[in-house]
Amino acid sequence: MQLTGAQALIKSLEQEGVDTIFGLPGGAILPVYDPLIDSTIRHILVRHEQGAGHMAEGYALATGRPGVAMVTSGPGATNIVTPIGNAHMDSTPLVVITGQVATGSIGTDAFQECDITGITMGITKHNFLVQSAQEIPRAVAAAFHLATTGRPGPVLIDVPKDVTQSMMDWWYPATVEEFDLPGYRPEVPLDEGAVARAAALIGQSERPVLYVGGGTLKSHAASELLAFAERTAMPVVTTLMARGAFPDSHNQHLGMPGMHGMYSAVTAIQKCDLLISLGARFDDRVTGKIPAFAAGAKVIHVDIDRAEFNKVRRADVSIQSNVACALRALDAAGATPKNLDGWWKTIRSWQAQYPLVYDEPTVDGPLRPQHVIEAIAAKASPGTIVTAGVGQHQMWASQFWKFEEPGTWVNSGGAGTMGFGVPAAIGAKVGRPERTVWCIDGDGCFQMTAQELVTARAEGIPIKVAILNNAYLGMVRQWQEMFYDERYSEVYLNADLPDYVKWAEAMGCVGLRARNLKEMHEVIEEANRINDVPVVIDFRTDSSEKVFPMVAAGASNDDIMVHPLQRGASK
Amino acid sequence: MSPEPYLGDVAHTPVRHHILSVLVENKAGVLARIAGLFARRGFNIYSLAVAPAEGHARFSRVTIVVDAESAPLEQIMGQLDKLVNVVAITDLAPSDAVERELLLATIKTNVANRTPLLDTLGDAGAAIIDVDPGAVTVMLAGTPGACDALEKALEGFAEVELHRTGRVALPRLGRAAKA
Ligand SMILES: Cc1ncc(C[n+]2csc(CCOP(=O)(O)OP(=O)(O)O)c2C)c(N)n1
Ligand SMILES: [Mg+2]
Repeated sequence: MQLTGAQALIKSLEQEGVDTIFGLPGGAILPVYDPLIDSTIRHILVRHEQGAGHMAEGYALATGRPGVAMVTSGPGATNIVTPIGNAHMDSTPLVVITGQVATGSIGTDAFQECDITGITMGITKHNFLVQSAQEIPRAVAAAFHLATTGRPGPVLIDVPKDVTQSMMDWWYPATVEEFDLPGYRPEVPLDEGAVARAAALIGQSERPVLYVGGGTLKSHAASELLAFAERTAMPVVTTLMARGAFPDSHNQHLGMPGMHGMYSAVTAIQKCDLLISLGARFDDRVTGKIPAFAAGAKVIHVDIDRAEFNKVRRADVSIQSNVACALRALDAAGATPKNLDGWWKTIRSWQAQYPLVYDEPTVDGPLRPQHVIEAIAAKASPGTIVTAGVGQHQMWASQFWKFEEPGTWVNSGGAGTMGFGVPAAIGAKVGRPERTVWCIDGDGCFQMTAQELVTARAEGIPIKVAILNNAYLGMVRQWQEMFYDERYSEVYLNADLPDYVKWAEAMGCVGLRARNLKEMHEVIEEANRINDVPVVIDFRTDSSEKVFPMVAAGASNDDIMVHPLQRGASK
Repeated sequence: MSPEPYLGDVAHTPVRHHILSVLVENKAGVLARIAGLFARRGFNIYSLAVAPAEGHARFSRVTIVVDAESAPLEQIMGQLDKLVNVVAITDLAPSDAVERELLLATIKTNVANRTPLLDTLGDAGAAIIDVDPGAVTVMLAGTPGACDALEKALEGFAEVELHRTGRVALPRLGRAAKA
């Protein structure tokens, strides 16, 4: 069967089971948009290519399937660089297709030419510049294989216009061998010796902690984790990238560690004698000052990516494996710590002394952002997916929402990309239409990508957006208040400009506003009643609220600052 | 990320450089991928040499001499291995390898420096490969140490243009017998 390269590209995506592409056409990718009309694949026309990338990420994080975005060359391609970088930091499986100028024009500064494979070399797992139509199926199959196996990540396919316009004989690779990836070995056999040494370390441990990272979600290991944790009775912490990997309602769960982590989670790591890292990477937002991080602990490091071993922290035993296999092997080896009653007693005392707290809400407002999140959560249907922007609101969402299952928390961790929340929510809702999707956003973040609500309305994607409008780039304001003598430099945004309600309405959404407790409860009720169009709520929150606990950047986790309400109490 | 990874209390063996013999797919951009990786991760390269791999049109062999103090070797190899076009990596400690590099130099000649120059070249084992009335071009294929020595010796001469290829290396034969 003879096809054009463009037809072959769409057919290849169909072969990979793609049901949705997020994108926006332009000159170089035009040939591919023609056969798209005849395809069963749904295309979501975004208003900015950054939106396409974050939607694909939201789709991937909520469904566990790779997200797909397609854009044109030049500015279309550069506009999607931020999401690619974001997905790279968070190991999110993406396949991004960019149009490119014709092969004969490459290198001539042709109209809308840009070296996107060069630009994204350091922020993709791999990228391809496809040289002939005949190679398209192989590139697509290899891209999906690379994006989803081993440590997942974004893969970019750059397709010159003459390649999509020329003819090819249809074929599709049937086996991994045909992908032509001789250097790619995503899985290695489990090192039984390492498993035995890890089991021995666990056997000697009196104060272990399971340090659960995003790799646990990426390897779909939540049920293995639950079984292992319950059998061994070990305390569990889940990083920002792993929220939902272990139920927040579980009494062995201490919550999130790190800069804005729970006191008990941070301190349990500091005092543990064995830290078992499961798909985590010792990010500086978790470790604080590295030499002071869990200084007395032995470390077992489980990761699919061997380059993570000893990168930041020397491991006593490293196990190169996906988390699910490693946990099954540790179970089979009978890894069991000593009696943990004493350890739990200590941990329970930390939990009792330093729970998450915030100042009493005032009836007339401004609202407490933490209270808003709890109020939304209280009325949200089970299994609601939450996305966030980046800033204080993100930390509060992670702290105050209770996540019970994988795929319900979608956020930008490693890159911290403002503007992630709204498009990610759209992508999540497309992937899981049966779920309610709330975006907890900041006023600053909302202004970066809000135009995608036009996309949401046009495509019938009814997400709910809660703007915690504190009139500031709040997280930066918090640092200026605490570490720069309250000298506020370029962080004020103005709660009334823009008018978020009118803006929402102009984008075809329902716009609501809440300034006091009564309105807060009313608008949440109203938002929950609306299921056909997107809803945006402007919650007027207290500008002076800060996120606690907090470990200052570069400080030791021992010097964690608790909420002012808890200070003075002895540690 | 902290500039200095905390590595606990393990002793470091102070080996200055290591030689990585890297088999790569012969694809466009593969050198840029390697160079880019080293640049963005702050790994230092002393030299890098590329040649078609023995008997394969599909593969090339890249010999990279890395500064094993700029980053732990394990990190360098782990990150390199993640490049999809990298097929295999062999790590050679200097003591386990035979290393050679090529030095080319053009030296302006005159009546006064001719004899000392010929002596220097003779001592180094360098060969003259091009001559004109006012200059000679010489070459030395030797150990990096021999090339260092010749480079130093040539400092005594005026107007020298000198190029070195960087080393290539292969495992030393009979290493098992040595132990
Ligand atoms: C694209 C981008 N630019 C800048 C920053 C730095 N930054 C981190 S949080 C933040 C403030 C976010 O403000 P807002 O969305 O209002 O959230 P808040 O902290 O007030 O809840 C800024 C500017 C960033 N993370 N991302
Ligand atoms: Mg704000």
